Amino acid sequence: MAFSIIKPGLLDTIQDLGRNGFGNWGIPPGGAMDGYAAQVANLLVGNNQCEAVIEIHFPGPQILFEQNTMIAITGADFSPTVNDEVIPCWQPVVVRKNTVLHFPTLVQGSRCYLSVHGGYCLKKWLNSYSTSLKAGAGGWNGMPLKKGDELPFNENTIYFAGLLKKDESNFEALPWRVNMEKVYQFPHEIGVTPGHEWPLLSEASQSAFVENNFLIHPSSDRMGYQLNGSPLSLQRPLELVSSAVSFGTIQLLPDGQLIVLMADHQTTGGYPRIAHVITAHLPKLAQLRPSDTIQFKWTGMEEAEQLLIGRKKELHILQRSCLDHLNEVVC
Amino acid sequence: MNRNRQKLYFVAVNGALPSIYPLGDSALTLDLGNCIDEQLNTRAVAIYDWLGTHPLDGVIDRIVAYSSVSVLYDPTHADRRTAISAWLLEAWQQTSAASPCDDGREIRIPVCYEKEYAPDLEAVARQTGLSPEQVADIHCSVTYRIYMIGFLPGFPYLGKIDPRLGIPRKTRPVPVVAGGVGIAGLQTGIYPLNSPGGWQIIGRTPLQLFDRAADPPVVLHTGDRVRFYPVSTNEFLGWAPPI
Repeated sequence: MAFSIIKPGLLDTIQDLGRNGFGNWGIPPGGAMDGYAAQVANLLVGNNQCEAVIEIHFPGPQILFEQNTMIAITGADFSPTVNDEVIPCWQPVVVRKNTVLHFPTLVQGSRCYLSVHGGYCLKKWLNSYSTSLKAGAGGWNGMPLKKGDELPFNENTIYFAGLLKKDESNFEALPWRVNMEKVYQFPHEIGVTPGHEWPLLSEASQSAFVENNFLIHPSSDRMGYQLNGSPLSLQRPLELVSSAVSFGTIQLLPDGQLIVLMADHQTTGGYPRIAHVITAHLPKLAQLRPSDTIQFKWTGMEEAEQLLIGRKKELHILQRSCLDHLNEVVC
Repeated sequence: MNRNRQKLYFVAVNGALPSIYPLGDSALTLDLGNCIDEQLNTRAVAIYDWLGTHPLDGVIDRIVAYSSVSVLYDPTHADRRTAISAWLLEAWQQTSAASPCDDGREIRIPVCYEKEYAPDLEAVARQTGLSPEQVADIHCSVTYRIYMIGFLPGFPYLGKIDPRLGIPRKTRPVPVVAGGVGIAGLQTGIYPLNSPGGWQIIGRTPLQLFDRAADPPVVLHTGDRVRFYPVSTNEFLGWAPPI
C-alpha cells in the first residue's frame, strides 16, 4: 500500500494540524497553512481530521498510485489530473492502481492538500506528523518529498476495485462534495483584532492600516507573509523585550513594513504587534498568492470566536455525513 | 471604531495587577513589565510552572518569555477567554518572585574562541577597545541565566553580559553554523542549528544543544544557569559526542 513520487513539486511536505505544546522549547507549531482545507481533505475520505496530508505548492509533484485507493484534494486548484483526465477538487476520488496524478495548471490558490483513505503510515515527532524543515524533523524524515520516495498508507478494508465502475476507467469521483465558498469568500478582506502595541502607532499610520491595501511580497513563505505598503510608524521609538507571538500576528518591522506570521513562525518575537489576523481568516490568507493585495478589516473578538465555533460545528456535521455516504457506497 | 480603547482584561495599577492582554483570538499574554529583569523572569517561570500543575481545559500551549507568560488556547471551548484570564490572574496571585522555582541547574558549556570558530571576535574586540582574549575572558566571567528559549528550537537567551561587551546586532542576518555563540546588546545566546542570524559570533561550542532524536530534543531550559569556559581548537575537535 503506497504511492511513489515520480517527480517532486516545488515544496511538498507532510503536515497535520500542527505541533502544539512545545513552544517553550522554541519549537514552532508548523502544520498546514490552510488548516481548514487539510481537515476537509481528511474528512472527505473518511479519516480523522488530524491525519497527515501532503501540502503541495505549484508546480506540484507527479505521483504514481501503486494500489487502488481513495484520495481527496482540497485547498488551491492546480487542476489535478489522473492519467491526464481532470479530477474534481473538494470531492473524494477513487483512483486505479498504476495511474499517475499530476497538477498541470495553476487555476487559483497557493497550496493544496492531498489526503488518502486510511492516512499515511508515518511516525509522529513530538506528537505531530508535521514537517519542521528548520528542525529537520517530523513528517517524511524532516524533509520535502523527493523523487523516488514511496509513501506507505495505513491498511484499510475497502475493496476499491468494486467502486471503479468500468474496467477501463482510471478513477471514479464519488458523488459528494463540500461547499467551502463561505470560508474563502471576499478573499482579499482579512479580519483583524488589535495587537498590544496598536495604540502606539501614529494616528496617520492607524488610518493607513485599515484604509490602504497591502501587497503580498514574493519573498513570503510558510514562516511569514512580507507585506508591501506605505510605511507605518510608531508615535515614538519603542524597545520591546521578546515575548510569544502566534500564527496571524502582524508585526511592524523597523523599516515600517508589516509581516504576518504564518504556520512556521518563530515562537517569540520582539517587534511591535500591531494586529492579529483572526483565526477564521487564516485559511483564505494562506491561499492568497504573491502580488495579491489584502485589506485589513477590524473584527470584534466575539465575532472572531463565533466564526470559529460555527466552523467547528460545520466540520463535525461534515464528518458525520461523509462517514454515512462512505458506508452507503461501500455496503 | 476606536481601537485605542481596546479592552484590557486586567490592567496594572501601580503594579497592583499585571496586564493581561489578547494575542489574537486564540492566545492571552500576562505581562509583568517590559524589561530584562531576573526577578520578573523568576516570577514568569513560577507562573508558567503553576499553570502546568493546575491544568485547564482548552489550553494548547504555554510559553514563558523575559517578563511574560502566554497561553495559546482553543477559543471554541466555552468561555475560554474569560476562563484563561482568570486562570492567569490566579497563577499570578499564587506565585511570587521568590517562589521555589529557582531550582535551575547550572550547566557548564565549553566554547572555542579561536579565530576559525569566531568570525566576529576581532570586530567585537575592535569596537569595544578590548583584545580578543579579553572579550573571551569577560564572556566566561559571568554565570548567566536563561531568560527564555525562542527564535530557534532550543536557542537560549542568556543575560546579562558585562556592559563592556555591549554591541548591537548586525543590520543584516548572515549564515551561522550550529554551535555558534553570539552576543547582542546585553544578551548572549547559542545557535543550536545552522541558521541565518544577526548576533556577533565570538565562539563555537562543540556541544549539540538540539537533537531531534533525543527526549527531550533540547538541552537547555528557561531558568537554568549557564557558565561558559574556553577550550582550545584541539579540545573542540576532539570533543566526544555524548553516548
